[in-house]
Amino acid sequence: MTGAFAALFARDLRLAARRRTDALLPLAFFGVAIALFPLGVGPEPQTLRQIAPGIVWVSALLAAMLSVSQLYAADMADGSLEQLLIADRSRIGIAAAKAASHWVLTGLPLTIAAPLFGVMFDMSLPAIGALAASLLLGTPVLSLLGGLGAALTLGLRGGAVLLIVLIVPLCIPALIFGAGAVAAVDAGLSARGHFSLLGALLLFTALLSPLATAAALRIATE
Amino acid sequence: MSLFPFSFFHYAAPSRFYALAGRLVPVFWAAAIVLAAAGLYTGFFRAPVDATQGDAYRIIFIHIPAAWMSMVLYLAMAFWAAIGWAFNARLASMVARAIAPTGAMFTFLALWTGALWGKPTWGAWWVWDARLTSELILLFLYAGFMAIVSAIDEPRRADKAGALVAIVGSVNVPIIYFSVKWWNTLHQGASISLTAAPTMARTMLAAMLIMTLAFWAYAFAVVFTRTRAIVLERERHAQWAGAPARAPATRGSVGPEVST
Repeated sequence: MTGAFAALFARDLRLAARRRTDALLPLAFFGVAIALFPLGVGPEPQTLRQIAPGIVWVSALLAAMLSVSQLYAADMADGSLEQLLIADRSRIGIAAAKAASHWVLTGLPLTIAAPLFGVMFDMSLPAIGALAASLLLGTPVLSLLGGLGAALTLGLRGGAVLLIVLIVPLCIPALIFGAGAVAAVDAGLSARGHFSLLGALLLFTALLSPLATAAALRIATE
Repeated sequence: MSLFPFSFFHYAAPSRFYALAGRLVPVFWAAAIVLAAAGLYTGFFRAPVDATQGDAYRIIFIHIPAAWMSMVLYLAMAFWAAIGWAFNARLASMVARAIAPTGAMFTFLALWTGALWGKPTWGAWWVWDARLTSELILLFLYAGFMAIVSAIDEPRRADKAGALVAIVGSVNVPIIYFSVKWWNTLHQGASISLTAAPTMARTMLAAMLIMTLAFWAYAFAVVFTRTRAIVLERERHAQWAGAPARAPATRGSVGPEVST
């Protein structure tokens, strides 16, 4: 399993490096989506500081979901996905590698960029730290669940919208605890409960989501 | 297996289930009507006025049975979809598809009646507390299941994908059920438990349980009717479903179903 994981992970990063613009699109979407909220809600700083964790988290969620719908599409289109599955490489390893590469290419840049937006919303330093930490724990969950959605909707007409309808309800706990952690820190309370639950969610998803994704890949290609 | 007169999988054949369901649906409708009449009469005319809420509480005779049905039907849908996947039994998957719209309807009914109850008692149509939000997520899960099975054209692939989605989503049902215990919420806690005596008046409890059975009978009637429709649609190539019998092919002749 580790052989397939490492090879596929490296391959995905190499392919993304050759198309750097495509790889940075989710980050651009993230910035655009965040910028929309102050324009729509109004520039009142107190309001923005309060809703900033939610804005950043929801934008991260949408950026992850939109970018993940193409996770398997390119490989499916040129036939390499079926070759991977036929070659008796572990399906679970493939699912895990795809989710991991998606996180490194999308989730990790979002997590690194988030403090900048935190400053733009005039968030306090502890709150920005909590935001980055919650995204660090939460974006892998989004990538794992997104991979499941991508495998389920492989080749279907509905595309990204169908994936969002399917997967966003499952991502809601990560959103609640992630944004809630930052809100707790902002209010001066301890966010340990939130981070514990986020960590538990990450472990739970990391263990079970590749299994479900492997089953979905089998359904989609048999 | 040969000595046992009844096979467990006897009604897994779509044609046999079609006939059985056809006989059972009127029975379920009759039961649903009788039980609903009894339950609503008891709830609206026999149950006492509530000490704190007056007569406004009487919506629980719709709200609570609908909420219970929404959760039970989701689990039933996930169960039959899983059976259809594991045993490659297409009828089980058809039943799961038939359950989904009814389950979604009950979820919507629970949310709607909850809002109608919340406005006079809490002062708000909606609050974003744990139980209401997770019941709303249940509605989205039903929508997701219906979306994925209708998005895939090939029927067995759709059945299996739907089964996976339903199973993954069934994690939400315990969250809804236990949400009032795990979080401080505005929603009422559980007044009926399997281990303690109920904290509500006996007549209220009786009316609620009768309404639950009424909704259950209704759900059976509607789900079986819908399953029959799905069976006819999926099995339309079969002779028992009315497809014309194929004449043996002879050179120079066309079959009965080909028109010129």
